[in-house]
Amino acid sequence: MSIEIPQRDWYKAPAGAEKLWIGLALLWCFVMSVMMPYWHFYGKQNSQGEAYSVEPNAFFERTMTFAEANKVGDRDGIPIVEPAPGSDAYLAARMWFWYPILKLRKDETYRIHLSSMDLQHGFSLQPLNMNFQVMPGYDHVLTLTPTSTGEFTIVCNEFCGIGHDKMIGKIIVE
Amino acid sequence: MQSSTSLNEPGAESRRCETTGLSVCLGAQRFIKLNAVSAVVFLLLGGIAAILLALTRWQAIHLLPVDWFYRILTFHGLNMLIFWILFFEVAVLYFACTIPLNCKLFSKKVAWVSFAMMLVGAIMVDVIIMMGKADVMMTSYLPLLAHPVFYLGIILVAVGTLIGVYNYFATLYIAKRDKTYEGSVPLVTFGATAAAIIAVVTLLHGAIVMIPTFTFSMGWTPEPDPMWYRMIWWGLGHQSQQVNVCAMVAIWYLVAYLTTGAKPVNEAVCRTAFALYVLFINLASAHHLLVDPGVGAGWKIWNTSYAMYLAVLASMIHGFTLPASVEIAMREKGYVKGLFGWVTSAPWSNPAFSGVALSVLIFGFIGGITGVTLGTQQINIIAHNTLRITGHFHATVVGGTSLAFMALTYYVIPLIFRRDFIWRKLARLQPWMFAIGILFVSLGMSFAGSMGVARRSWDIESAGIYGPAAHLKLGIMGIGAILAFTGLLLFAVLCVGTLLFGQKTNGRAMADWGVAQPLGNAKPGSLIHDHWAMKGTVALTFVFLACFAVYYFANWKALADVWPVR
Ligand code: HEM
Ligand SMILES: [Cu+2]
Ligand SMILES: [Cu+2]
Repeated sequence: MSIEIPQRDWYKAPAGAEKLWIGLALLWCFVMSVMMPYWHFYGKQNSQGEAYSVEPNAFFERTMTFAEANKVGDRDGIPIVEPAPGSDAYLAARMWFWYPILKLRKDETYRIHLSSMDLQHGFSLQPLNMNFQVMPGYDHVLTLTPTSTGEFTIVCNEFCGIGHDKMIGKIIVE
Repeated sequence: MQSSTSLNEPGAESRRCETTGLSVCLGAQRFIKLNAVSAVVFLLLGGIAAILLALTRWQAIHLLPVDWFYRILTFHGLNMLIFWILFFEVAVLYFACTIPLNCKLFSKKVAWVSFAMMLVGAIMVDVIIMMGKADVMMTSYLPLLAHPVFYLGIILVAVGTLIGVYNYFATLYIAKRDKTYEGSVPLVTFGATAAAIIAVVTLLHGAIVMIPTFTFSMGWTPEPDPMWYRMIWWGLGHQSQQVNVCAMVAIWYLVAYLTTGAKPVNEAVCRTAFALYVLFINLASAHHLLVDPGVGAGWKIWNTSYAMYLAVLASMIHGFTLPASVEIAMREKGYVKGLFGWVTSAPWSNPAFSGVALSVLIFGFIGGITGVTLGTQQINIIAHNTLRITGHFHATVVGGTSLAFMALTYYVIPLIFRRDFIWRKLARLQPWMFAIGILFVSLGMSFAGSMGVARRSWDIESAGIYGPAAHLKLGIMGIGAILAFTGLLLFAVLCVGTLLFGQKTNGRAMADWGVAQPLGNAKPGSLIHDHWAMKGTVALTFVFLACFAVYYFANWKALADVWPVR
């Protein structure tokens, strides 16, 4: 009885259905533990957290240089930038916009550098629903391969002040 | 001197409970009362915030203006997750170390200090939030910065709780030293001890992260690294959930015993499962950093599976042993019809029983399954910071822990405050209202999150991408919230009304809520050696495992459909 002192000889090995369940549960936990390393080697979606330390200002300089060099258009004052396939692309998060708009090619791979100029932000790519944390001081590199075309929306999903819900960016894939 | 430790000795400050026959330490009783009443007050405050939030996120209503939404969100998180839960847990600890061990509380002075610090800290936090000086969410991620009083308040609450935990361990010590009991501690005390051990580790993380943040907010020290902050903060934020799980499971066993006479099928198994929580939770805070920069895949995977899945195993064991113990108790009482005769004839109109049963179901089937799945390293990519996360923890800490706490209260008030509940018919309905409401809240949030709707966002229209389906899910959440809030309000009114107007039980047993009664064919103790008698539980847990596997692999499938990323 759960609030009474147990009998002296309470230690007993599990038996019967209880033993069966413990075995099954253990097996299931094992399967789940193995799934992650399995996916790490054989799956295509992983978050490896590749990151370099960077000063916010330095990161913004890099982003500006990158944007000027690869600019192909403009939308509401934000440049549309098309990096060469396989190259590095920069995306800066700042209260409350994403800079610049990236234009990517389907089935090409890019190294997208994400960092914040001020608070923490959340990179949430919709409607795919892929989510990554964006931190100030950390250059977070995503090696990304778009496999569908269209216009994708970046929603900020880490609270970043009063304009948080208005912090919307775009990625265009052709 | 030793005589006064035990509650049975003449001169001990104790009374005999008219219902259970146990001796009750009067010192512990006072602090159980103080902490429980404060807990319910914070629950009510958090509940008022909850309905305001839900009616704002329900886009068709969109009640609050933007600044108040974030202010109230910060308020809700702290009052619910920290204040309601911690005050109630301290009350549970004071119960578990005294009455079942027949021991007096170690020190009333220490209990006063703990209570006063917690209360002052909580009030400081609430006031500074309402003044608009701490719109930082409960996580207060740097570089967001709140007024120093905010951090100071949290530090006071954490240290006050630690002092309460110290009182708990000191009581265990004097009980053992003065032999107020013989043998091993009861299971409920064992579970509470597991909770207390994890609480110490947790609250130390809290101190490590909050003190430098406080000194930074005062301008005395440089800014701590925001990534370091996240890592240590979740050492507090995640592990405290394991404290909640331990306390909740201990309450499950306690209420199962009070309402059906259930006793653990195998003490050793239940205790080992509690020990697993203590041993393997420590690094699971990692699963809040699964898509963060700066922590590598190896670290993420190791800390997710190694630490988490043995804690998951523990929960799966309790998920079996608890219903099994009820089933055995019911079958021995003569409810032997079919697989589920013991379920249908269980005392469902006893609010403590229904509350705990619903808590087990919601925690297991929704909270547990979603939690393990979303906390899988790669699957987190399609869940992080969406409403899926909020949907998950409203099934664990609300539908699970909070509901279990409410269920226990239906015994705490008659036994400790010695008043019978007013409006007993409504009280029987209350757990159902709250549980069904939270079910809809949780499902609505989860499905909206699957469609990409972010958590902690005032308005989803600015993104211009969410269609009628997402709005429908938020509406389901909103309707559930109205029902859950009504259930919560009813609970608070029942508690306060009973404390003021409930009939005193002076010298008689509490009014019975209805417990399982033996039938004519009852055979007490007949199933002790039948290890296959819990057939219904076996069926239920197999269904559970099947649901788990389907949900788990469906999420891998969904992940495989998004863009390749490293
Ligand atoms: C009537 C019951 C409740 C309802 C309707 C409710 C509803 C909500 C809503 C709508 C949100 C905001 C989601 C968002 O926009 O991100 C929220 C957040 C939250 N709730 Fe509740 N809730 C309830 C009870 C509770 C309880 C009892 C607890 C804890 C024990 C709790 C813990 C939290 C936490 C920790 C958050 C996250 C705060 C943050 O993001 O900083 N809730 N809840
Ligand atoms: Cu942002
Ligand atoms: Cu934001």
